[in-house]
Amino acid sequence: MNDEGQGLVDWAWVTGNLGLIAYYAWQNLYLALVPVLIGLAVSVPLGIACARWGWLYPPVLGVTSVLYALPALALFALMIAWAGLTEAIVIVPLTLYSLALLIPGVVDGLRAVPEPVRQSATAMGFGPVRRLVQVELPLAIPVVIAGLRVATVSSISLVSVGQLMGVGGLGYFFTDGEQRDFPTEVYVGIGLIVILAFAADALLVLLRWSLTPWLRAREAAA
Amino acid sequence: MSALGSAWHWLISAQQWHGANGIPARLAEHAIYTGISLAIAVAVALPAGLLLGHSRRGGFVAVSAANLGRALPTLGLLVLAFTVSSASPAAWLVPLVVLGIPPVLVNAYEGVLGAGEDLRDAAVGMGMTGRQVLLRVEMPVALPLIIAGIRTAAIQVVATATIAAYIGLGGLGRYIIDGLATKDYAMVAGGAILVVAFALVIQIVFTVTGRLAVPAGLRHRAAGS
Repeated sequence: MNDEGQGLVDWAWVTGNLGLIAYYAWQNLYLALVPVLIGLAVSVPLGIACARWGWLYPPVLGVTSVLYALPALALFALMIAWAGLTEAIVIVPLTLYSLALLIPGVVDGLRAVPEPVRQSATAMGFGPVRRLVQVELPLAIPVVIAGLRVATVSSISLVSVGQLMGVGGLGYFFTDGEQRDFPTEVYVGIGLIVILAFAADALLVLLRWSLTPWLRAREAAA
Repeated sequence: MSALGSAWHWLISAQQWHGANGIPARLAEHAIYTGISLAIAVAVALPAGLLLGHSRRGGFVAVSAANLGRALPTLGLLVLAFTVSSASPAAWLVPLVVLGIPPVLVNAYEGVLGAGEDLRDAAVGMGMTGRQVLLRVEMPVALPLIIAGIRTAAIQVVATATIAAYIGLGGLGRYIIDGLATKDYAMVAGGAILVVAFALVIQIVFTVTGRLAVPAGLRHRAAGS
């Protein structure tokens, strides 16, 4: 143990390894955010389809929520059979997890658009596509971003499990800290993951704020 | 897929089904770790969540706990517990319980809150005490959400118990961790299939329990939503 009269964290190690820390923090963000972005790109069209054709939603919801409940380590391990020890073993399962959070966001958001709003848009001469893009999807933004926040935070934290297969961003500091019996690395890893997750969450709150000016106007009026 | 074929061979070969490293023994270990951790997490978080919801206080605490629970990396917590406790054999218990608490806490809180003021007023109007309102009205109404919370916690605990094989715990995660260490990918995939099957069984059990737990008087409400 490294506790000769020093605190919880060996700050000399931290300042001496900033480059390494930044490298793995960046890798962690990349491995976490690529799946969320792919998930969003799939969820918007799939969610629109589910909102339009109601029969499609229960099977899609069923499959994605069953996948969501499968342990990350098992899915990463199963991916080795197809992808070898590549980044895909982390990216593909995290994408599947994000679908389970994002598709319901899109569907619930679209379904919550009030009927009078829809009719007003039609009465103003909006076709179905323009109404979807300019009226219905913007109104669904708060619900979609709520799903996006949960997906982003859990994705950032789950990446580290991939370290057991050698693809794990800041998880590197967990296995290295364990092997060297050096808790500083473990504290740094946990601390940075929580900070990155909360920072990404705060950015999404800011994004919602900037994308929904009508909600602000309503709040100011109330 | 030849990789899955070899995983299948690994699964059905007779030697996997006997002894301390056999599938039945590992499965039992996994069930015991999950059961103990979940029981402690529920014993702590359920009363706390119910009381917070009933007193309409501490919503911020409950929601923050949920956010923090999602952000905390499971592998990091396990390694931390292991190194800080100087490799104590019980090191796994703390992270498993800690990660099981937030979903139970939040759902109990939200469930009681969601029972609504009307039911609460009616119960008080009938002369019920605060305790009776909570136990006879708010808790039964909140039950489906409470069970959903315990289900989420169970899924989290099963997943974390798998990862805990890295710090030397038994259970089904052993096959994945040992297989990775020895580059025996048939064992890795075979272990992963067992974990997936175990997680599916847990989900089914909770989904069925959740359906049965809806109070008769609320069935129409559940069906309508």
